[in-house]
Amino acid sequence: MIPTNPRIDWSRPDADVDTLIIPDGNVPHRHEKDWQMAWGDVMHSVVITKGVPDFSEGQVSFDEDGHLERGKTPTVMNPNDEFAAQAALQTKVRHGGRVSAMSMGPPGYQSVLQQAMEIYADELYLLSDREMAAADTWATAITLATGIKKLGAEVEAPDLVFAGFKTADGETGHTGPQTSLCLDWPLLTHVIALDVEEDAGRVRAKRLVEGDVEEVETVSVPLPAFIVLDPEFAPSYRIASHRLRLKDLREETTARAAEFEDHLTVWDHEDLNLDPDYIGLDGSPTIVESVDPIPKPPAERDATMVDPNDPDEMAAVLEECLAFVEG
Amino acid sequence: MTDEYEHYEAVVVGAGPGGAAAAATLAQNDVETLVLERGVEAGSKNVSGGLIYAEESAPYTIDGLFPDFREEASERPVTEYYLHNVAGEQVKPFDLTRLHEHDTAWCDAVLRRKMDAWLSDRVHEVTREAGGGVLEGVRANGLLRQDGEIVGVTCDEIDPITADVIIAADGVNSELARDAGLMDWAEPEEWFQGVKAVVDMPGDVIADRFDIDEDEGVAHLFSGDLFEGVRGGGFLYTNQDTLSIGTVFHLDSLVEEQAEPHELLDALLTHPILDQWFQGEYDELEYAAKLVPDSKKVAHPDPYRDRLLLVGDAAGQMQAQGPIIKGMNHAVSAGGLAAEAYVDASLRGDPSRAGQRYAAKLRNEGVMGKLRPRRYRVVRTLGEHRPVTRVIDGVLTSRIGKALVGNRAMERVIGRAYNSPYLASVAPDTRTPYVTLPAVLGEVLGEPVEIEAEHDPIEPPSLADRIGDLTYDTDIGNPHISLIDNSIEASGNAVTACPVSAEDFGAGCYREETVKTNGDEERLVSLDTQPCIECGTCAIVASTRWEHPRGGKGVEFKQG
Ligand SMILES: Cc1cc2nc3c(=O)[nH]c(=O)nc-3n(C[C@H](O)[C@H](O)[C@H](O)COP(=O)(O)OP(=O)(O)OC[C@H]3O[C@@H](n4cnc5c(N)ncnc54)[C@H](O)[C@@H]3O)c2cc1C
Ligand code: SF4
Repeated sequence: MIPTNPRIDWSRPDADVDTLIIPDGNVPHRHEKDWQMAWGDVMHSVVITKGVPDFSEGQVSFDEDGHLERGKTPTVMNPNDEFAAQAALQTKVRHGGRVSAMSMGPPGYQSVLQQAMEIYADELYLLSDREMAAADTWATAITLATGIKKLGAEVEAPDLVFAGFKTADGETGHTGPQTSLCLDWPLLTHVIALDVEEDAGRVRAKRLVEGDVEEVETVSVPLPAFIVLDPEFAPSYRIASHRLRLKDLREETTARAAEFEDHLTVWDHEDLNLDPDYIGLDGSPTIVESVDPIPKPPAERDATMVDPNDPDEMAAVLEECLAFVEG
Repeated sequence: MTDEYEHYEAVVVGAGPGGAAAAATLAQNDVETLVLERGVEAGSKNVSGGLIYAEESAPYTIDGLFPDFREEASERPVTEYYLHNVAGEQVKPFDLTRLHEHDTAWCDAVLRRKMDAWLSDRVHEVTREAGGGVLEGVRANGLLRQDGEIVGVTCDEIDPITADVIIAADGVNSELARDAGLMDWAEPEEWFQGVKAVVDMPGDVIADRFDIDEDEGVAHLFSGDLFEGVRGGGFLYTNQDTLSIGTVFHLDSLVEEQAEPHELLDALLTHPILDQWFQGEYDELEYAAKLVPDSKKVAHPDPYRDRLLLVGDAAGQMQAQGPIIKGMNHAVSAGGLAAEAYVDASLRGDPSRAGQRYAAKLRNEGVMGKLRPRRYRVVRTLGEHRPVTRVIDGVLTSRIGKALVGNRAMERVIGRAYNSPYLASVAPDTRTPYVTLPAVLGEVLGEPVEIEAEHDPIEPPSLADRIGDLTYDTDIGNPHISLIDNSIEASGNAVTACPVSAEDFGAGCYREETVKTNGDEERLVSLDTQPCIECGTCAIVASTRWEHPRGGKGVEFKQG
C-alpha cells in the first residue's frame, strides 16, 4: 500500500476537475488538538452505518414530543448500508487490508454493527453516550468524522469511507456528505461500481449522474475518499482467486459476527475529545418539529441541484453549511 | 494471448461425485485445484435414484476418499433388494439381493443435495489447502483454446482460466465434452430418462411399513406391463425420512410410444403394490428428472482431448446392469483415475500425456470392461433385431411359453438368471427383458396384490403443482434453450418427452400451437424455459440450441 495523505492539497494540478470541490471543513473540538492521522500501510475501509426502526415490523412508535421511540421499535441496519459493507468487502477482497464498521448511536446499535459484520467487518466501533443522543445529521457527521480521525490516529489511516444512500428513517441523505465535509475528503455519491488504483493512490468509480440510472459517468479522485453507494451498486468478482478469497472472508466474518462483542470498541464523547455543546441534541441545528407517525416518511424537501461550476450557487451552499459548522 | 488469464494447475468442472473424487485426489497430491460448480450449492442441480455402490473391484470408492461419507452424507444401507414383475394387478417378486451383493462392499441410498453439498465442503477444505478451492455459482460455458489446442475454460461469471489439466466432470449433457467434439447429443437410443419423486415418510413409519430396522434399508424394483409398453422400469428406495421413487426408461422407447414421463411415474405411484407402503398417505416433496447415458453405447473409449479429461456421465460412464444402475460409483472411480493419471504424467515430466494414461487406467482397472462389456456387442448384433425380438416375445407370450415359464423348475432358473451379473450386463435393449418376460412372469407366477384397507388410493400431484413446488431463480430475458426448428417433425417429440410438458398442458416448457398465416393454419412447437428442470431430454429429441443456465440460475433441487 502506498501511503496516503489524509489532507488533500486541492491546489495539486492533478486534482480532478469533475470532482465536487469542498473547502476546509471546520470541526469543533473542545481542545485545540486535532487528531493526527497515521500513515497507513494497508488498505483501510471504514463503513459508516446507522440503525433504523424496522419498518417491516410495523411497530414504529413516537413519544409525546414527536421523537421516535427507538427503544420500543426494533432497530436494524439501514438497508442501504448493506451496499457500503459490500463495497468495503469488495475492496478487501481485491486489495487486502482491513474493514472497520462504525456507527453512532445508543448501545442497542451494537446489533446494527453486528449486522454489518455479518456482511463483512474486521472490527466494530460504536460511538455512544448520552451526550450524543438525539443528534441530527450535522452533529452525527461531526461525531463520525471525529471517530474516523481517531481510528486513523490510533489504528490505521482510512483510505476509503463507505456510506449507504439515505437512511430509511430520516431520509435526508445528508449524513454521508456532511461527514465527508468534516473530513475534508473528496466525496463521490451515487456510486454503482468502483475500483481502487493502488499504485496511483486513487479510486475510480462509476456513478449515476444526478442519481439518474440512464446517465453514468466515470470519475477518479485521490485517496482518501468518501463514497456514498447507490442502491444500484453491485459488487463484481470476475477473478477466480478473488471469489475464493471472498468465500474465505465470508466464512471468517460469519464466525466473527457470532461473537461480535470481542471485536467491538465503544468510544464516548470524552474518548473522542468532543465538546458536548457541539454534539447530540445541543449540537443539532435541525429542529424536527414532529414526524408524522406513518412508516414511510414523506420527502420534506426536494433535493436542489447545484452546479459546482457556478460560483454563485456554490457560494450559497457553502454559506449555508458554514452557518452550521460554526454552530 | 492466454498469458493474461489466471492459471491453476488443475481445473475441475462440476462438483458431483466424479468431480469431488478427482479434485480430492488431485489436492491430496498437492495439485493446486480449482473446482467450478454451476449450482448455488453443490447438489442443487443433481438427481439420482440413487443407490451409491462401493464395488469390491473398484479402484476408488467414495468412502475410501471421504472416510466419514456413510455416517455424514448417505441415508440407509440397502440390505434387501427385490424385483417385482407386474401384470395388471398380479405381481411376482424375485429376491435379487444376491445380484445386488455381487462385487458390492456396501451400497447406500443417497439424496444428492445433502450428499454433494457435504462432499463439496470436504473438497473445498482439501483443495483450499493446495491453493485452489470450490466456487459455486460459476458455470463453465466453453473451452479456451490457443492455436487450436485446449488450454483452459471460459465461464459466464468469471474471466477465462488456463490450466495444465482440465477435468470435465460436468455430468450428462456436458457442454465441454460437446465443445471438444468428444460426445454428441444426437441419438435417443443412447440415453435413458430418469424421473423421480421424493416422498415424505417419517423414519419410524418406514421401519414399520418396510419391516426394517433403523440401520437397514430396502430397494424395490418394478417391471412389467405397468408402463404402457415403454422399455424401462421403476424403483423405490428407502431413505432416513423419505422414499425415493422413480422410473428409468430408454429415451427412444419413450419417444416412440409418445409416453408422458409424469404419467408413467404416476402409473407406478398409484399401482396397488405401492399402497401397502403408502397406506393412503402420499406427501411428495420434490419432482425431478435427468438424462442418464447408456455406457454400453456411449462410454467413450478414449475420453480425452489435449489437456481435457472427461469423467463420469460427461464421458457416458453410466452402467445399467439390468435393473441395477451404476453411475455414481463409476464417476468416483474415473475421477480418481483421471487425477492419478495427471499426477503420474506430471511426475514423469510430461503432463500432456495425462489423457492417454487415464484411458489406459480405465481399461487396466476394469472400469471400461464394466461400462462397455465386449460380450454385449455380440448379443446386441443378434438380440436387438426386431424380428428376433418378435419371435422371442411371441414364444414367451404363447401358451407354450407361459407353460414353460410357469414350470416350478423354470421359476428357479429364472430366479438364478435374474441374479446373474453376467446376464444382467448383456440383456438386450428390447421389450423382452423389460416388458414381455416380467409381464408373463407376473401373469403366470404372480399373485394379486392384497388390497388391505379402506382408504382411497393416493393421488399424485398434478404437473402444475409439481412445477409450482419447485424452486427457481429464473434468468429473465436470457433463456438457456432455444428452438432451432419449431416444426412438429423436428421438435414435436419434446411436447410429450419433456418431463414438465404434456399435451393439453399450457404451463409446461413445450407446447403445440396453431399459428395462422395467410389463411393457412400451421401446427408449430413453442418453448418457454421457465419451468425447465434441466433434464437434457430436449437436447436430444428436439432441434434446439441447448445450454445449461448461467451459474446459480434455473431450478434448485432441495432433495435430488
Ligand atoms: C433418476 C435417476 C436415477 C439414477 N439412479 C442411480 C443409482 O441408483 N445409482 C447410481 O450410481 N447412479 C444413478 N443415476 C446416475 C447418476 O446420477 C449419475 O451417473 C452420476 O450423478 C454421475 O456423476 P457425475 O459426477 O459424472 O455427474 P453429476 O453428478 O451430474 O455432476 C455434475 C456436476 O457438474 C455441474 N455442472 C454441469 N455443467 C456445468 C458447467 N458447465 N459448469 C459448472 N458446473 C457444471 C452440475 O451442476 C453437477 O454438480 C441415476 C440417475 C437418474 C437421473
Ligand atoms: S425443457 Fe428440455 S431440458 Fe428442460 S425439462 Fe423439458 S426436456 Fe428437460
